[in-house]
Amino acid sequence: MARVLMFGALQELAGWREREIDAASLDALRALLTAEDAALGDRLAGPGVFAVINKDLVRGDPPLSADDEVAFVPPVSGG
Amino acid sequence: MVRLEAEAIDPGVLLADFCRGREDVGAVVSFTGLTRGQTDGAAVSRLSLDAYAGYTDKVMADLETETRARFDVLDVLVAHRWGDLTVGEPIVFVAVAAEHRRAAFEAADFLMDQLKTRAPFWKKETGPDGERWIEARPQDHADAARWTTGDTE
Repeated sequence: MARVLMFGALQELAGWREREIDAASLDALRALLTAEDAALGDRLAGPGVFAVINKDLVRGDPPLSADDEVAFVPPVSGG
Repeated sequence: MVRLEAEAIDPGVLLADFCRGREDVGAVVSFTGLTRGQTDGAAVSRLSLDAYAGYTDKVMADLETETRARFDVLDVLVAHRWGDLTVGEPIVFVAVAAEHRRAAFEAADFLMDQLKTRAPFWKKETGPDGERWIEARPQDHADAARWTTGDTE
């Protein structure tokens, strides 16, 4: 089970910050989340939302293992 | 050095500590960002900053590394708040030390532009009209883009 984290507006939309979810890959995880919450799925696929696995920004559809930490991060605003 | 701060920061103390005991430095430039009481005409009473501990500080450290590679500077400090802030409270403090002032000014300017557009923080403002999430503004992206277009080189 990967540890899945949501930040900022995504956390508010999802209604949770952290969950354990079993998924074989990043796309499979997105599909699971979309199946249970279409609005969240739309937002995850939308502009400016990135996936961070084990504190590294990732692209594409990397496989996930049980001890991975997957975070979805919306557009940032520092300073 | 980058610091992710959960409690209030004191820019005066940070600057004094940063300057202390230096002999090779001829210039220190510092910037303090304060929490604004209004954004685009909408009143703000409180600001909440979300961060991803372990990732946010890692990205900030990468931005420090970029700054050091790009400018002839001797030291860099970034202290960035997260959590709940009140209006007027310092949200970010940047200090850059260099042998000469030009590099220090430019490095601080560059680093703030990068922090505004790339540091993983998520801001929620609360005011009389409710809550809203804030993203980097078009002007912030334009400011950051100055460093890649060659306009200032």
